[in-house]
Amino acid sequence: MATLEIRDLHVTVEADNATKEILKGVDLTVKQGETHAIMGPNGSGKSTLAYSLAGHPKYTITGGTVTLDGEDVLEMSVDERARAGLFLAMQYPVEVPGVSVSNFLRTSATAIRGEAPKLRTWVKEVKEAMERLNMDPAFAERNVNEGFSGGEKKRHEILQLELLKPKVAILDETDSGLDVDALRVVSEGVNRVRESGEVGTLLITHYTRILRYIKPDHVHVFAAGRIVESGGPELADKLEAEGYEAYTKGGASQ
Amino acid sequence: MAEAQNIPVGSTTAGSIAVAAESTVATRMSAPPSFDVADFPVPHGREEEWRFTPLERLRGLHDGTATATGEGVKVAVEAPEGVTVETVGRDDARLGRAGTPVDRVAAQAYSAFERASVVTVPKETVLTEPIRIAVHGEGGTAYGHQVIELGAFAEALVVIDHTGDAVLAANVEYVLGDGAKLTVVSVQDWDEKAVHVGQHNALVGRDASFKSVVVTFGGDVVRLHPRVQYAGPGGEAELIGLYLTDAGQHQEHRLLVDHNVPHCKSNVVYKGALQGDNAHAVWIGDVLIEAKAEGTDTYEMNRNLVLTDGARVDSVPNLEIETGEIVGAGHASATGRFDDEQLFYLMARGIPEHEARRLVVRGFFAELVQQIGVPDVEERLLAKIEEELEAAVA
Repeated sequence: MATLEIRDLHVTVEADNATKEILKGVDLTVKQGETHAIMGPNGSGKSTLAYSLAGHPKYTITGGTVTLDGEDVLEMSVDERARAGLFLAMQYPVEVPGVSVSNFLRTSATAIRGEAPKLRTWVKEVKEAMERLNMDPAFAERNVNEGFSGGEKKRHEILQLELLKPKVAILDETDSGLDVDALRVVSEGVNRVRESGEVGTLLITHYTRILRYIKPDHVHVFAAGRIVESGGPELADKLEAEGYEAYTKGGASQ
Repeated sequence: MAEAQNIPVGSTTAGSIAVAAESTVATRMSAPPSFDVADFPVPHGREEEWRFTPLERLRGLHDGTATATGEGVKVAVEAPEGVTVETVGRDDARLGRAGTPVDRVAAQAYSAFERASVVTVPKETVLTEPIRIAVHGEGGTAYGHQVIELGAFAEALVVIDHTGDAVLAANVEYVLGDGAKLTVVSVQDWDEKAVHVGQHNALVGRDASFKSVVVTFGGDVVRLHPRVQYAGPGGEAELIGLYLTDAGQHQEHRLLVDHNVPHCKSNVVYKGALQGDNAHAVWIGDVLIEAKAEGTDTYEMNRNLVLTDGARVDSVPNLEIETGEIVGAGHASATGRFDDEQLFYLMARGIPEHEARRLVVRGFFAELVQQIGVPDVEERLLAKIEEELEAAVA
């Protein structure tokens, strides 16, 4: 069973000619089939955790370990991490002009699966996945994320999640900027992947709204660069009622 | 890239639309056009037409010190039946009709060549097979002159391949009779030390259409100057260019479309990708709409994709309009960067770095390649682009 283990992870970033520590000792274990929600206020380091796990060059790991089934993730390049089974659905997916969605998806699937998917079954697979996400087939011929609305970008991220079938999916504020209908469609996509039981999900969010659609097994409160409280789904209810104030003003967050 | 529209990379991406009584396209050259090299001073590098060019790498083509070696550059013409291929002397009356050299190296080539090649497609002859001209350098220095003439209503495809190593200054003339259709693909696939400078003059007949496809991959310095004039109304010119500029290479494409007669069209699209230290691409797009050229419809565009740090693009579109009675006139220039965020996004989907770059470059060129309209040339170019990218990555 695939397991992502994060131990005492410390991460810094260069900003304004100064080195700033963003993650200050993160411990977390995500197993295949589990869903963990990481919730926290803006600036707490949630997205830094997501991008550090995916290997974004902006972030420097200064301490700790990350392993996927015992393999050292931090030693891997960005593409190696993806091929090892990590997937990051980005908060702000990047536009790639000149590269069509269909070409991109096929190239990606070929890289992840280790061989080119058979054309006939592939076309069907993509078409069906797009239908489930209420995506217009014309989407496939557009350039990656170019001119996409916020909702289209997020659907495109979840489309990739469905097609690439990672071991561990990190969803970085996938709910932000979505209206209720789009949130429902995107959440259903995530749930289809979860129902396979083969993916561990790390759901990073600022709001509890998405948790009405995607039910987490574990909820963690993230503040000032580390997990400050962990619990079951009831913790989300508490955050819904009380907000993050208890974690941001003195005490627990420092 | 989407956010990088019109942002210069390492240099200026200037552009201007001038409404002028007198053309500055002509006046900003340091000397008036002439067939005689003696009419041009030796450039020192600060002239408008030379300021981007590394003169010290021209191997003497600009200052009269490059001596023709007599051999070492071979030209072979392969033409289907019905086409006349001749080698003629300097005094042949058919030479020099499409245009006059506008700079010192073009005039040097015209003053120094000993024999010219004239390829003629008789009137109303429609070729189904291309004319192929292979220019292959074996380390020599040469001055050349090539004329390709299509009679009225003739149709032809010409593919000119430049390969090997040479120091070459050569001009090409395209003379299109009324209603003729000519597509020319000029591929600069030189070895890394080659130097190639040339002026391409097209004279487009009444209702004729001229399509030029310039593809530059190789060479140390390649500086081409495609120019179009019209001999009668109703002419169309389409100038397509692709360049892939690698580390240390200087590739310069300077274009002029002179709308000197009414009711003609022109469309210019040049796209280039650059990678590596000191890769330098220059694109100058001059379009002149003369006062008498009413009903002109013109558009020019240059796009550059910078794949790595250390590369430099100078892109200067310039449109001069002397009459308001036109159908349309426009220009655009944009230089984008393949940035770390795009690379990260593609790699985060399992795509290795070199594959990610290929994906982007292929996408960047694909649409333009499709506009060539000659399938075997298109396939070859796409394969060539792949090969160049592979080589650069390795």
